[in-house]
Amino acid sequence: MSEQQHDVRLRVNGSVHEVRVPARRLLSDALRHDCGLTGTHVGCEHGVCGACTVLVDGRPTRSCLMLAVSAVDAEVTTVEGLTEPDGSLSPVQQAFSDCHGLQCGFCTPGFLTTIAAGLEDNPDPSEDEAREMVAGNLCRCTGYQNIVKAVLRAAEIKAGS
Amino acid sequence: MKPAPFAFVRPSTLDDALAALAADPGGKVLAGGQSLVPLLSMRLASPTALVDINALPDLGHVRVAEDGVRVGALARHADVLADAAARESQPLLAMALSHVAHATIRNRGTTVGSLVHADAAAEMPMVLRLLDGHVEVASVRGRRTVPAAELFAGPLESTLAHDEIALEAFFPALAPRAGVAFEEVARRHGDYALVGVAAHAVCDGDTVTSARLGFVSVSDVPVVVDVTDALDDPAGRALADLEPGDDIHATADYRAHLVRVLAPRVLAAAIEHARSNA
Amino acid sequence: MTTKLFGSKVARVEDQRFLRGQGRYVDDLLHDDPRLLHAAVLRSPHAHARITDIDVSDVLDVEGVVAVWTYDDLAGPMAEPLPLLIPHPALTHGRTQYALAKDEVNHVGEAIAFVVATDRYVAEDAVALIRVSYEFLEPVVGIPAARAAERLVHPDVPGNVGARLEQENGDARAAIAAAPHTLSLDLRIERSACTPMEGRGTVARWDPDTGRLTVWSSTQTSTGVRGCVAAKLGLDLAKVDVITPDVGGGFGVKINHPWPEELLVPLAARTLGRPVKFTEDRREHFISSAHERAQEHHVEVGFDDDGRLLGLDVEFWHDHGAYTPYGLIVPIITSTQLLGPYKPQSYRVVFESLYTNTVMVTPYRGAGRPQGCFVMERTMDAIAAYLGKDRAEVRSVNFIQPDEFPYDHGLVFQDGRELEYDSGDYPASLAKLKELVGWDEFEAFRAEMAAEGRRVGIGLACYVEGTGVGPYEGAHVHVETSGKVKVATGLTTQGQGHQTAFAQIVADTLGVRFEDVEVTTGDTRRMPYAVGTFASRAAVMSGSAVHLAALRAKEKALRIAAEALEANEADLEIADGVVSVRGTDASIDLGTISVLSNPLRYAFDEASKAATQFSVGDPGKPPVAEDDEPGLEGRDFYSPERATFASGMHAVIVETDPDTAEVRILKYAVVHDCGHLINPMIVEGQIHGGVAQGVGGALYERMAYDESGQLLNASFMDFLMPYVTEVPASIDIDHLETPSPLNPLGIKGAGEAGVIPSAAVFAAAIEDAERIPITAMPISPSELFDLRRAHAASPASEETP
Repeated sequence: MSEQQHDVRLRVNGSVHEVRVPARRLLSDALRHDCGLTGTHVGCEHGVCGACTVLVDGRPTRSCLMLAVSAVDAEVTTVEGLTEPDGSLSPVQQAFSDCHGLQCGFCTPGFLTTIAAGLEDNPDPSEDEAREMVAGNLCRCTGYQNIVKAVLRAAEIKAGS
Repeated sequence: MKPAPFAFVRPSTLDDALAALAADPGGKVLAGGQSLVPLLSMRLASPTALVDINALPDLGHVRVAEDGVRVGALARHADVLADAAARESQPLLAMALSHVAHATIRNRGTTVGSLVHADAAAEMPMVLRLLDGHVEVASVRGRRTVPAAELFAGPLESTLAHDEIALEAFFPALAPRAGVAFEEVARRHGDYALVGVAAHAVCDGDTVTSARLGFVSVSDVPVVVDVTDALDDPAGRALADLEPGDDIHATADYRAHLVRVLAPRVLAAAIEHARSNA
Repeated sequence: MTTKLFGSKVARVEDQRFLRGQGRYVDDLLHDDPRLLHAAVLRSPHAHARITDIDVSDVLDVEGVVAVWTYDDLAGPMAEPLPLLIPHPALTHGRTQYALAKDEVNHVGEAIAFVVATDRYVAEDAVALIRVSYEFLEPVVGIPAARAAERLVHPDVPGNVGARLEQENGDARAAIAAAPHTLSLDLRIERSACTPMEGRGTVARWDPDTGRLTVWSSTQTSTGVRGCVAAKLGLDLAKVDVITPDVGGGFGVKINHPWPEELLVPLAARTLGRPVKFTEDRREHFISSAHERAQEHHVEVGFDDDGRLLGLDVEFWHDHGAYTPYGLIVPIITSTQLLGPYKPQSYRVVFESLYTNTVMVTPYRGAGRPQGCFVMERTMDAIAAYLGKDRAEVRSVNFIQPDEFPYDHGLVFQDGRELEYDSGDYPASLAKLKELVGWDEFEAFRAEMAAEGRRVGIGLACYVEGTGVGPYEGAHVHVETSGKVKVATGLTTQGQGHQTAFAQIVADTLGVRFEDVEVTTGDTRRMPYAVGTFASRAAVMSGSAVHLAALRAKEKALRIAAEALEANEADLEIADGVVSVRGTDASIDLGTISVLSNPLRYAFDEASKAATQFSVGDPGKPPVAEDDEPGLEGRDFYSPERATFASGMHAVIVETDPDTAEVRILKYAVVHDCGHLINPMIVEGQIHGGVAQGVGGALYERMAYDESGQLLNASFMDFLMPYVTEVPASIDIDHLETPSPLNPLGIKGAGEAGVIPSAAVFAAAIEDAERIPITAMPISPSELFDLRRAHAASPASEETP
């Protein structure tokens, strides 16, 4: 028996993607494989690592803990959507480059989306608040030192622009 | 780690949702999904159908009235945590919610979902139990109110029937001369607590007229212990009712020790809170 | 070097794609190819069992399933055990697994069947429908059970002993017997693992038109994978290309190869005529890749009144899991690198490498050094405690002194070469560390904290790390006619910023703009001769090779320029890609030199007309001289006689909660010496990451196996990798630069260093805070609580004598 397919209209980074998926398709897989937005990475598929974090209606959300069929009414933002329209890096992306906030780059998209939303809520975080902002994302390379610096640097760039 | 197949509906009315759930004994409600989806992906849960209630109207509320806080089935932990009026009405909500996983999980996970998931290692079931709140549930058979004391059946098992949807939770407001406190020890920030303790105390002048403790991760179901008569050894009193267990993160002895460390500390904080709340 | 980029904090070029979500990791590849198939693997749920039957009949009807294979479907070399990568004479009983289990399974997670389907969801559905009948065997779990050998992992391996190796320099036992003071210690480290954020993964595509196989794998050695795939699939090496795309972390585990899937995926691609992808999930990574670290050690040491090591005798037992594809590398490293910066007058070490029914062991960042460092540094602390001396002082009297290099320990290292340190300055490092952490002021701080009812402790630990082991790496530098410089080196990259660091070297050496240099790693089409990325060797090996290859290209550029400019080579200089005659206006750019370097018959653009046959060349000579070749290229290899030895020292101040036994890090200090730094920003990043991984290994992470061989914490929920909230809020770093005399750039490896002293330094600090001997790591609050209780019950029996 064929598995039932659902026609789902996903709104991602301002574009509409019409995809046909089974109910069990995780949003992370739909973004990566059906929408071709492979910037969102999958590190654990049980909601702990945060690599797959995207913004759902502006809020950081684990895309591996959401079904694509549940995302119909939402506006999703992935790492690809953070880049400025002219192709230049957004403040958070630029700050990661400035501060060497990434090494292998695999966890990075989850940090970038989380921080982008975090700075909307709190544009001028203290160091402790910066740490709290990224406290739900795992990175195995950087020891987080430069990620925390990048949060503060991003706030600086954002304030200056 | 991908879920097994299941049928899926996303109804836009409560009646449709209840009908869908009633139609399939293997069906399950999907709200925030922060506990359910990992179980699906690990194939530890294989419901035949999911009824996604996220499109239902009027369930996202955090409503504060004189008697307490009403939290709708679609209110996310983050909504409750951020609600200043809720915090004012019942401070234990925010105290406990800030320990619920990480912010990203709280953005999607629902407080009501956490209650009916009935995990004794989670904070909110214990909070509802300690505060003697209740949950409003509905099914095609009608509506009923389930008091916290009757909500938890066993490990990860609530007393809700398979066709029932929890629509709202009610957390009573903090009464005058009452105080609350919460503390937990976890391996990592954001992990499930090795032990968590909340306290609810009521004072009349210098006299403590009621003292109750709620515990996380030291029993199969959320446990509340009345320690009004054991103020000088609340932990000793509580441990008689608790069953701390061994796991890979901590021994039962260490958990019992944490109960001894946290219980008097949290109780003292709640009493102090109560006195300042005169 | 008198150059500008080497040694600078140059921003990484790879960040641009990573930050935009445009990195290309293995699971990103071919995602829009509708013909792509996905694989899933049935893995053993049992630690030890004989397979009596496999029934796949239910799978065949599943819509979307294209193939299901078991051992019986494999033939030829694919039906033989996987290669034993590093044989050693002492590894008398080496064993490796089959690509799919033949008739028994030896750990939970061992591959049994391979399913290929139109999507991973369906492939997993199919896996769940395969029925296997088992005859259960008693598992061997943990070192004590392996040593007891009441049960055997492999029936033909007596005592579960895969190898026994002994090395000795002097007569340690006699020296200990004659020493004025002796101590004995038993020290244990548990299992852990690399756990990169990206697991393993392989994609393969067979091109029937050309008879060529392309394999993309998340590996630390593309040439290693290529060799294995060709051999196992019976293909000529020339028909196999292996490309390592962006890799989401390795930390050692991805140096092992070939994984079963690294062979099965290419085989499926060729057999089915469609591209096939396998992406490991997190649970699979826990139970079917590799672990490390589990060792138990017994130390006998004899010393004099100053704490000078007269004799050191170490016996240890290494748990290598179910199979030994990576040979004895980890225990050999422990046995040699244990010595750190010290020079015991005599040393004997013997180890047994033991089979257990658990996931196999291959190197994890540090590779046996964290265990060795733990053993040596715990011994140093015990000696200091025994003599009532300052712990730093006891270390000082044992240091190899700066004028004693090269220092030969009289042992054989992991590369089969002598253990000979090339350079270092340990007294200077210790002085810097004491200053950085406030060693001499600590007692005042302790008293201050005690007055507030707080309990603090300090510890330090020293290590020496042999880095940049051979056999070789190579590089190819090609200046295109545009002046752009394309560099290739064969080893792979897992986040170390090689594209930046190697470009810095080439820009300096060749005299071109950094922006014009593009580096490719791990692509066998571009550099088929290479070894891999492990043992902190990339900067030393490929860095040196890249430098040498750029020198070759530069020599050629100058030769051609001298001819074109009718100048003397000695009068030429290159800057920003332009060769000019010193003190004149005469110049020629490298792009033009590249045009001239390749005599043409056919012009392809305006510039290339200059190289055609009526424009250039002496009609009396062959267009390409006998000892020359066309093109402006340089290719060279670096192959050192032996490893170069980096070193460092860490110190930590911890606070232990008197009530909850939780451990909080108040200060973490690192002094690090990896010779000349190519890019200090990248080196510091490596140290940060190593320290965090070390914090995990010391305080949070362990592989929790139960007696039946089930891994109880095969998820990120229960394997407690540190978040930002668990690592030190800052890491104070000071560098020392003692150049290596063994390579042209004076560099030493830096990748692993940060993680080496963690178990040792945290044990020391917790012991100092608690006044309870710490002999096993990692340590959790629950375990510290148990130690406190045991110590309170019988303090004397716990005390180090």
